[in-house]
Amino acid sequence: MRFKKAVLVLMLIGIVVGSLGVIGAAKPFRVAFVMPSTINDSAWSQSMYDALIAIQNEMGKDNFQIDYSENMFVISDAAAAIRDYASQGYDLIIAHGSQYGSSLVDIAPDFPNVAFAWGSTANTFSDMGITNVFSYQPYSEQGGYVQGVLAAKLSQSGIIGVIGPIETGDAKRYTEGFKAGVLATNPNAKVSVTWTGSYSDVALAAVTARTMINAGADVLTGTSQMVVGAIGVAKKHGVLWFGYDVDQSPLAPKIVVSSVIVDWTVALKPMIESIKNGVRGGKIYTLDLANGGLKIAVNPEGLVGQTIDDIISGKIQINLGD
Amino acid sequence: MIGSVIAGIASSAIRLATPYLYAGIGETLGQLSGVVNLGVDGIMLMGAYVAFFVALRTGSLSLGLLAAAGTGALLGLLMAFVSVTLKAEQGISGIGLYIFGLGLSTLLFGMTVGHVQTIDGFPDLVIPGFAAIPVIGEIFFRHNILVYIAFALVPVAWFVLNKTPFGLKVRAAGQKPEAADSLGVNVERIRYTTVIIGGLLSGVAGASLSIALLNTFQQNLTNGIGFIAVALVYFGGWRPTGVLLGALLFSTVNAIQVWLQVKGVNVPSDFALMMPYVVTILVLAAMAKRRVNAPAALNKPFERGES
Repeated sequence: MRFKKAVLVLMLIGIVVGSLGVIGAAKPFRVAFVMPSTINDSAWSQSMYDALIAIQNEMGKDNFQIDYSENMFVISDAAAAIRDYASQGYDLIIAHGSQYGSSLVDIAPDFPNVAFAWGSTANTFSDMGITNVFSYQPYSEQGGYVQGVLAAKLSQSGIIGVIGPIETGDAKRYTEGFKAGVLATNPNAKVSVTWTGSYSDVALAAVTARTMINAGADVLTGTSQMVVGAIGVAKKHGVLWFGYDVDQSPLAPKIVVSSVIVDWTVALKPMIESIKNGVRGGKIYTLDLANGGLKIAVNPEGLVGQTIDDIISGKIQINLGD
Repeated sequence: MIGSVIAGIASSAIRLATPYLYAGIGETLGQLSGVVNLGVDGIMLMGAYVAFFVALRTGSLSLGLLAAAGTGALLGLLMAFVSVTLKAEQGISGIGLYIFGLGLSTLLFGMTVGHVQTIDGFPDLVIPGFAAIPVIGEIFFRHNILVYIAFALVPVAWFVLNKTPFGLKVRAAGQKPEAADSLGVNVERIRYTTVIIGGLLSGVAGASLSIALLNTFQQNLTNGIGFIAVALVYFGGWRPTGVLLGALLFSTVNAIQVWLQVKGVNVPSDFALMMPYVVTILVLAAMAKRRVNAPAALNKPFERGES
């Protein structure tokens, strides 16, 4: 009996060791992604998730593993999740929000073999002696400027509305760029900027859009996941919309002129390369029009579709002269 | 000029007030019978999700509305079972219901719809003739059907509560349940009825967001509207007209702060955003002395014939 037990134990040990060997042979790159909203928010978190999926499609599911925690709007919850992932030995932990920085200062030094990344910011905490934190920062003002120029050209009333969440970070950069683009194109235009104080107050975003339209605005833009409320109102009133974060044209194909898309793969790919080479932090990755991290996605249906509809409905009468 | 400014602000305020009215009047009914339901926001989220999903899949807004009402009533039934039959602590069960609704609506949305979409919601119903009146027409007669129903609900609720035997029983169940019981009123049945109706109205409140005012759904769409609706019940002194006044005050100040920012009036946005809350608290403090008609048995489970 004793002999049988011993054999059994040996076999079990063999199986465990064997399977460990197999795992070790095909060790995937493991990424954990902590975000304030959800992977389908049509904005900030979705753009990062889309980039991770794109990299996974390139590298294969066996070589690139993604785990994520959604709705980490409470910073202490996010910190717990980040620490948890770190202790599980992930290769890279993305803390997707400038509110998570202070948690990384606390956690990163405890896990020198784990790389962390956060943004939007240019701060990697290297001045504090931390070596395993990357940062990423889109130069959103560049995309904002391009769309501002377009908005100024398209607006007939010269009144253009921007709906922002909180006057900071990405949203602020985009808004400043947009304003500059409008005013450079039409110095007489009026850009009305309203901050709702929330990333998620869809109802307030809708009321703001309606108020702007009442005040004569015929082109609107905005940032954060709450803007779906504003897009809904713009759609109803046939007012043009410029999107941000992801291509927002599927939400309202007829009114979205273009969207500034953030392509995070431009930051993620060199980051992953760096980690594989043993450098786990200290670099700032910027995303701009030059390196393709920012793109302008023009919606072919937008103005074209609207014009066709207006001709069909008789709103546009084409005068052939005589 | 001044006319169009007033019309813009007032018509925004009326739209904004709509979900507060449904949820607040429903909650008034429940609280008058003695049950505080803090789960309103969770029920609203489920109502908003179900209405959006059904409307998206079937193309029928009315079906979406019905489904939201049904879902709300079911969640009301759940709240009634926990708080009336099981006599659980109402505040805690309400918060539990809120978290349940928040989580379940997010989960179901992720599984069935997946990503944020917009739909064409209830269109504005322009009342012929009246809508042409300058200013007044824009303020009152160019809204979708759910806005009109919300305001019609105020006199209906007032009538039911003050002029019908049912209303009397509701108030008796909330003021002196033992006395009501001894007179043959089935306190538990009354409380079940009011909490289920309250749930139904909360479901409709959610639908008014997802298929009439915002025409989209995303995780946590309500952003706490349900909790403000509960506060409006206290604000309104447990009267439907009080809830109406509170909802209009809150939404008007909100519409004004949005207008100030849009117009580029030089107020810091943080200050503008505080306004609705500050004004509401100030009014509440000023009216504190009149706070006399709180239901005496509010928050107290009814134990039959024990004393």
